[in-house]
Amino acid sequence: MSTTAIAPRQAAASRVTKASTTLTTALSDTASVAWRNLLTQLRTPQALVFATIQPVIFVLLFRYAFGGAIHVPGTNYVDFLMPGIFAQTVAFGAVGTAVGLSGDLRTGILVRFRALPMARIAVLGGRTVADLARNLLVVAVMIGVGFAAGFRSPRGAGGLLAALGLVIAFGYALSWGFASLGLRVSDPEAAQAAAVPVMFLLVFTSAAFVPSTAMPGWLQAFGTHQPVDALVNAERALILGGPAAHDVLISLAWSGGLLIVFALLAARNYARVGR
Amino acid sequence: MRKAFGGVQALDGLSLAVPAGSVLGLLGPNGSGKTTTVSILATLLRPDAGRAIVGGLDVVTQAARVRQVIGLAGQFAAVDPNLTGRENLRLIGRLSRIGRSQARVRADELLDSFGLSAAAGRLVRGYSGGMRRRLDVAAALLHRPAVLFLDEPTTGLDPESRFALWDCVRDLARSGTAVLLTTQYLDEADALADQVVIIAEGRVADTGAPAELKARFGTVVFSLDFGRPEAARAAHAALAASGYRPQRDGAGIQVRSATGSGELTSVLRALDGRAPDPVSVAVREPTLDDVFLSLTRGGEAA
Repeated sequence: MSTTAIAPRQAAASRVTKASTTLTTALSDTASVAWRNLLTQLRTPQALVFATIQPVIFVLLFRYAFGGAIHVPGTNYVDFLMPGIFAQTVAFGAVGTAVGLSGDLRTGILVRFRALPMARIAVLGGRTVADLARNLLVVAVMIGVGFAAGFRSPRGAGGLLAALGLVIAFGYALSWGFASLGLRVSDPEAAQAAAVPVMFLLVFTSAAFVPSTAMPGWLQAFGTHQPVDALVNAERALILGGPAAHDVLISLAWSGGLLIVFALLAARNYARVGR
Repeated sequence: MRKAFGGVQALDGLSLAVPAGSVLGLLGPNGSGKTTTVSILATLLRPDAGRAIVGGLDVVTQAARVRQVIGLAGQFAAVDPNLTGRENLRLIGRLSRIGRSQARVRADELLDSFGLSAAAGRLVRGYSGGMRRRLDVAAALLHRPAVLFLDEPTTGLDPESRFALWDCVRDLARSGTAVLLTTQYLDEADALADQVVIIAEGRVADTGAPAELKARFGTVVFSLDFGRPEAARAAHAALAASGYRPQRDGAGIQVRSATGSGELTSVLRALDGRAPDPVSVAVREPTLDDVFLSLTRGGEAA
């Protein structure tokens, strides 16, 4: 047993204020980190621009290139499409959480944060809150693009806002999943390469762009039992009309469940940073 | 302290102490456990065994309070390239729990004392290496830590920036901060450290004030240059056979002497007929490099 002592003097110990991990300090630290992340995003606008351009291209592709060949009974294709686009926007946007955190891991700023007397939750909380703000912005842009492409939200603003609430909640839960990935990969490109295929799989096997009934049975079995599909169905029920309660509950259950699992995973991975 | 990663024993019973107001230089080759030591002391890693007390607080059981009295800067702690110098310091100040207004005051104080006032409003990604490193050290000082860890703070810096940083470290120690400095530059340890700990394979190989270590190593060093590595290899064998402990580095041989420059005659006699004559011979005072190399590797090096 060996002891290592550095400046073992009483003065230092007595100067320490009581280690306070109150909610107030956690919130204020989270706000500080979120502010830093938003500022960083504004100063590297490329990421924000690409996060917006991709869904815009999807709207144009599916509305004008493929849309004519996709027939959805009982509704305009663009009204069917936009809930899928909203889901896709936040699903791919969440990849940004992984890229941002793995960048912080690479530069070493996470090690500095871990050695500071700040609330431990703030690094992940600040990152996901900043990404939530970015999602709000990008989704707002997508609503504009949707309206320009003929989207009319048949059930009015209430249904649309409720649907977007579900979208943002799902995006937030997903951010924590990508946060836990980003903390394990200190290379932003690798984080992106790992994250994008998973999102493609979830988005394209869901009913985001085409009705699930057009898919073969084995694919439907997967595609209709995953969170993106649950979200899209709930959004459509709220935007296009129909019985919504059941789908909304399923989507909320997915988002809540994923948030808990991913947050625990991310917290565990954060504790490993720097080792 | 002990720490293993997988099957590798990174720290194998390391002990050290840094009194307040002093600088301890932690020297060791790559992989000797310097960074592991700093990581444990800065609460980033838990030791497998042993205890570490920083500022009177246990790094395992009182980790949260330890973080209030330490500052960490260097190699693996960084500042944000997309914030300005001032924004970086204000952010870290707020996160260091000194309050928003105090964070502003301290940020400006530190920018001023590190010569960064003029660049305070510029994004750090446009800073030079020296400016970035100074900001990095400043970022570790916002909450006036009682204990400062500097992990290879001057790696990659030009001489002027190094000397400027050295002055900062001296001032900090003078004002009562305990500084633990890891470095690969032995002249840096010589210039700054009150005590030096040389570690190899996770253990303390030697410790003492720089002057003590050098004195223990010998009074003078003979530096022989043979021009060609093969000639130096033959000379190394001849000297070793005569009871010396020569160090070879390429075409050069270093031989230490406890008795003084008069011993040169017998060194040259030991070579006579067994190795080519040296191209040049110099007599110099031992440096920390000599101590370090003799402790961290055998006589014959590639």
